[in-house]
Amino acid sequence: MSSRFRASCMLLLAAAALTVSACNREEHHSRAKPIGENIPAGASPPTIFPGGGSPPPLDARAALYDNNANAIGKGQQLFIQMNCVGCHSHGGGGMGPPLIDDQWRYGGRIDQIATTIAVGRPNGMPAWRGKLTADQIWDLAAYVRSLSGLPSKDAVSSRSEGMSAGTPQTLTPHGEIYNSDSAQQ
Amino acid sequence: MRRVTTAVSTVGVLVAASALAACNKTPTARSTGPQIYAPIVGGPHALPPAAAAPADDGNWTMPGKNYAQTRFSALNQITPANIGKLSLAFTFSTGTTKGFEAPPLVVNGTMYIITPFPNYLYALDLTKPGAPTKWMFKPKPAAASQGVACCDVVNRGAVYDNGKIFFNTLDGQTFAVDSNTGQMAWHTQLGDIQKGETITMAPLVADGKVIVGDSGGEMGVRGWLAALDEGSGRVVWKAYHTGPDKDVLIGPRFHPFYAMDRGKDLGVSSWPPDAWKIGGASAWGWVSYDPETKLIFYGTSNPGPWNPSQRPGDNKWSAGIFARDVDTGQAVWFYQSSPHDLFDHDDVNEIILADIPWGNGRRPVLFHPGRNGYFYVIDRRSGQVLSATPYGYINSSKGVDLRTGRLVPAADKEPQPGRTTRDICPASPGAKDWNPAAFSPITGLVYIPHINLCQDEGHSEANYISGTPYVGADVKMYAGPGGNRGVFTAWDPIRHRAVWEIKEDLPLWSPALVTAGNIVFYGTMDGWFKAVDARNGKLLWQFKAGSGIIGQPISYKGPDDRQYIAVIAGVGGWAGAIVSANMDPHDPTGALGFVNAVKDLPLKSMAGGILYVFTLPR
Repeated sequence: MSSRFRASCMLLLAAAALTVSACNREEHHSRAKPIGENIPAGASPPTIFPGGGSPPPLDARAALYDNNANAIGKGQQLFIQMNCVGCHSHGGGGMGPPLIDDQWRYGGRIDQIATTIAVGRPNGMPAWRGKLTADQIWDLAAYVRSLSGLPSKDAVSSRSEGMSAGTPQTLTPHGEIYNSDSAQQ
Repeated sequence: MRRVTTAVSTVGVLVAASALAACNKTPTARSTGPQIYAPIVGGPHALPPAAAAPADDGNWTMPGKNYAQTRFSALNQITPANIGKLSLAFTFSTGTTKGFEAPPLVVNGTMYIITPFPNYLYALDLTKPGAPTKWMFKPKPAAASQGVACCDVVNRGAVYDNGKIFFNTLDGQTFAVDSNTGQMAWHTQLGDIQKGETITMAPLVADGKVIVGDSGGEMGVRGWLAALDEGSGRVVWKAYHTGPDKDVLIGPRFHPFYAMDRGKDLGVSSWPPDAWKIGGASAWGWVSYDPETKLIFYGTSNPGPWNPSQRPGDNKWSAGIFARDVDTGQAVWFYQSSPHDLFDHDDVNEIILADIPWGNGRRPVLFHPGRNGYFYVIDRRSGQVLSATPYGYINSSKGVDLRTGRLVPAADKEPQPGRTTRDICPASPGAKDWNPAAFSPITGLVYIPHINLCQDEGHSEANYISGTPYVGADVKMYAGPGGNRGVFTAWDPIRHRAVWEIKEDLPLWSPALVTAGNIVFYGTMDGWFKAVDARNGKLLWQFKAGSGIIGQPISYKGPDDRQYIAVIAGVGGWAGAIVSANMDPHDPTGALGFVNAVKDLPLKSMAGGILYVFTLPR
């Protein structure tokens, strides 16, 4: 009996802990302090730094967006509204490369993704600076990063925007699937 | 564990049910040997008009072989009796790994190859052992054009005429290059990638003009077809496919057969206000030409966006066939096969010119295996539909009303805002997409490589932002009834029925070639290059290429007077983008929904771009 009681307590504690962490994921900045409306210029792609060196440190603003359910949710809406979905589908790719895999041509850090969205890339990625605010670009970057499963699952939405025929992001599996039967109805 | 079918052709396993029977999952029989449905009937049959299909000189100067687009080679050294000995003569790596839809061309001992982006043009010397490269030409198209090309960065071919090779680049240019020296003669910028315009089609050269149309029906372009002067590259005329009649080149010569296509400025009034300015209706497919009447025939693409609730009306002049005067571009007739298109059923598929027995004489017609699943026979002088018969499984419409010309809609398949419509057949790439059929004047049959896919589709409001996609649809495709995703059909265009049919496991994205030896060639997306008997579909010979085949096979006479067969293997295109663009199969909506139907492809074919040339041993 007592062991069951102990288990119940543990469960309650775990639930409480979850609730607390789930509160953090909803945190969003109310703009009391104005944040710089500029795009991270220093977020270079992962590359070679001759003579020794390393990529610049993560942009300080990343903490406001990365793993943040509010930013990811707003980014998810923008992803449809700004036609990102037309090229990248719901992450599987099309005219543009897939985003749900774990390959990043220009870096998978949120500030690197934000830079890619802002300045464009030579093989057809449009440059959105001037069309979207910096805040929107960071939101989009947070969502794009969430597609690859990099942030924890508790920050992503279990509901898709639009009529996606795919599985919710909270359930998206990763790994190899090349089964011909999956192409049947 | 479900069984994974790897068999490519389980010859001999016949499905008892007919091809169009209800949805039975028969995973062991997704590919079968030929099923004979009807006899080849003797007596007079369809023939190509002589002026549009002159005698074969052994060259192959345009993708469709001739203006009638027959893809028929009169060479007959290779026969069902000796094809078992057909073997590799030489190969050539094109240095590209995107979807290879173009054919090689052969002109008097030189072979010309145009690649997908970055659109290299090679000339190979067939008179020397191993066919060494004579020259290569790099047009250097803008890299950013890759980001506005809807369905892989393909190119559907070059054309030879009068000492020059003509081709288009993905970034919207037309080039003319001297066929002997590889020096550029001229180039003309026609498309603007900032508006989402690219060019993937093969031009047609007719009557001293280079005919070119745009791609971009998924990008909110305003579609057009242009004629350039063959000598200078200057634009002679340009006809838009939406907007006022003067822009569409509709004037006193325009006499469409059906009332639905008559009226003033329908290219404006059949759209919501200003929607025609971003309404798609591009021309990325095939152009045919009748030298007797000096008319060109071609189809227009889907209207944009895919979400039909954003464009109430018939959306002229999308998803239909135009006949135009080649000199002036003036429209002569138009027939809209899918008014107010609901499913991305472009009408750009090939148009094969033929004269069919009619009463005591012959009637000039065109054959058109349409994307919406009907095989159209249309009078090419008037635009009257003589017949429209399903050649695949269709539930998205209920037939074609031959009195009004109109497609009869299926109300339960009409997508509604806010919900997903399921089991739409054929899917967006249709019962057949771009890959053309071949027509043999010997058997009188049309050999149609096509697909058997259905889809679920849901819509959302598409926002127009120039240079980005304008679609508003989530699509998920899967195999249609029977479970096979590809079909090869020999079609009798006079009796409106299949004569024989081969089921293929993977979608067929390769065009067909038929020869006077009564052999039909086609390729599969897992890399088999197949030769079957034109009379009964029996598999005679096959070769496994290093990549899936979606390219156009050709046949030519070499400098040594021997018959050669050539094809380029390089999987990709809309159907194979999952491989050539390395997509993630976890998202069923990838590549506009095609990814879900070919999730197994990445294990069955790798990307490539290699020419294979075959001949009989001496």
